[in-house]
Amino acid sequence: MTLSVSDLAVSFGGVTALDGVSFAVRPGSITSVIGPNGAGKTTAFNAITGYLRPTGGRITYDGAALSGLRPSAIARRGIVRTFQRTSIFPSLSVADNVLTGLHLRSTAGFFDVLAGRRRLTAEESSLAADADGIIAFVGLGHRHDEIASALPYGEQRLVELALALAARPRVLLLDEPGAGMTGVEKTVVSELIRKVREQGVTILLVEHDMRMVMGISDTVIVLNHGRVIAEGTPGEIQAHPDVIRAYLGAQHGPA
Amino acid sequence: MRALGRGLLAAALVTLPLWLADPYYLHVAIMAGIFGVLALSLNLLLGYAGQLSLGHAAFFGIGAYTSALLTLKCLWSFWPALAAAIALAAAAGWLIGRLALKLRGAYFVLVTISFAGVISLVSVNWIELTNGPLGLPGVPAPDLGPWSLRTKPAYYYLVLSGVALSYAVCRRLVRSRIGRAFVALRENEPLAESIGVDVTHYLVLAAVVSAAMAGLGGSLYAHYTRFVSPEVFLFTYTVTMVIMVIAGGKGTLAGPLVGAVLFTVLPEALRAAASWQWQMLAYGLLLVLLVFFLPRGIVPQIVASFSGHPRSAPGSRAPLR
Repeated sequence: MTLSVSDLAVSFGGVTALDGVSFAVRPGSITSVIGPNGAGKTTAFNAITGYLRPTGGRITYDGAALSGLRPSAIARRGIVRTFQRTSIFPSLSVADNVLTGLHLRSTAGFFDVLAGRRRLTAEESSLAADADGIIAFVGLGHRHDEIASALPYGEQRLVELALALAARPRVLLLDEPGAGMTGVEKTVVSELIRKVREQGVTILLVEHDMRMVMGISDTVIVLNHGRVIAEGTPGEIQAHPDVIRAYLGAQHGPA
Repeated sequence: MRALGRGLLAAALVTLPLWLADPYYLHVAIMAGIFGVLALSLNLLLGYAGQLSLGHAAFFGIGAYTSALLTLKCLWSFWPALAAAIALAAAAGWLIGRLALKLRGAYFVLVTISFAGVISLVSVNWIELTNGPLGLPGVPAPDLGPWSLRTKPAYYYLVLSGVALSYAVCRRLVRSRIGRAFVALRENEPLAESIGVDVTHYLVLAAVVSAAMAGLGGSLYAHYTRFVSPEVFLFTYTVTMVIMVIAGGKGTLAGPLVGAVLFTVLPEALRAAASWQWQMLAYGLLLVLLVFFLPRGIVPQIVASFSGHPRSAPGSRAPLR
């Protein structure tokens, strides 16, 4: 059940965004990818989840290749992502957002729906219950019927997390879940990420907030100029000379 | 209260030929019903899946020609011809859906316009089959067992059944995971993919169902007017459908029907009241006013003012449950 990336390369025209990146995400861990802006973190996410076709390398999950699959097919294999810029279904209510996210948990096909099978009613009500459970889990119970785009920014990000959880991920890729949040909101998100992991979901995280990264990660991978420059526990990374150089430039001590 | 309203509406529709016996009014009701089917069809694609088809008259015309040709040249009876009209329009919808997969927005619109243009040219130039610009007169009226549906009241009930069927199909789809997948594509396609919605499958499905429904409308039209010509492909038909959907409220179940009734009855009413130029002027003015004051459409506005959430969201909100 390991997500592993080997020798991943992505280039846009003449620009090399990823240049032979390899890492493995240990099942059940919280693994963070950090690095300066433009290091290739989001590019790696896009390649893993099928939004971008890599120019080289292999991406496998549980031994099976993911490269070349459509994002929806990758989601069906349990690898679900969120986006750096808030991504929700803006004109739907919170409940309908999450209900839509439950797409993979329901089975009704076109002819079942047209025939109006009795079993559909049961499925719909069990989906609604699932949605309520997920909404409560992220703490948006009080916003159940509100239109998602009308919520404050921090809560929209929680809607996004709820949507991703609804797709029943085995590996959850979170692209800067704490971006633009207040300190309190970040604490809430960190706590939620921990709880998700406790349910057996592997987490791969891109994040700029070092306090958050160092607080929740088991493993930290550092990218710079499209290459992995370090990989280790938060303690090891904070003391790594190459990392300090990448973030602060040469001849500086640790921050 | 709502159940009572629905019951009254259903009773009014079913008894309409009894209290509106004037054939002219029945004619208007029949045309409103045919356009109701077309507007429901376009709404599935535009209002729910979020793809604007400006070639929708092509599916309507394919339905009309298929049904007319099969009954005239192959002497089929109405019902199998109707089924074939629906099937052929659906196949055309599948083709457009596949072709347009990689295209969105303006490019999708262009493909649908060109498709309608090509089909229209075929109908004008394939004279051996379609009789060209002269059209196909004498399309037979449908029968139902021993009864002919030639009279206006009988045809009204046929069209009413078509509207009810189309409405039921839309309603079931929209309130299912399939309808939610359509709306997900409209709202945010990359996000929809990330939660496992297969874009190819659902866009093609929306196009096929929508085209099939337009084919039904075309067949109903052909056997009502008893005459089919290349005019069925006119861009005006598509524009009328778009106006009905947008004015009524896209992405709502009732909106297209309200729009269809309004924009069938209104031109007829204006015809009685004013000369042709004034009609067009009043029609245009009403459209501008509607877009200004009810930008989301009539039905969402009414729903919002009743539920006390006048500013819930920009754009249309699809009722999902």
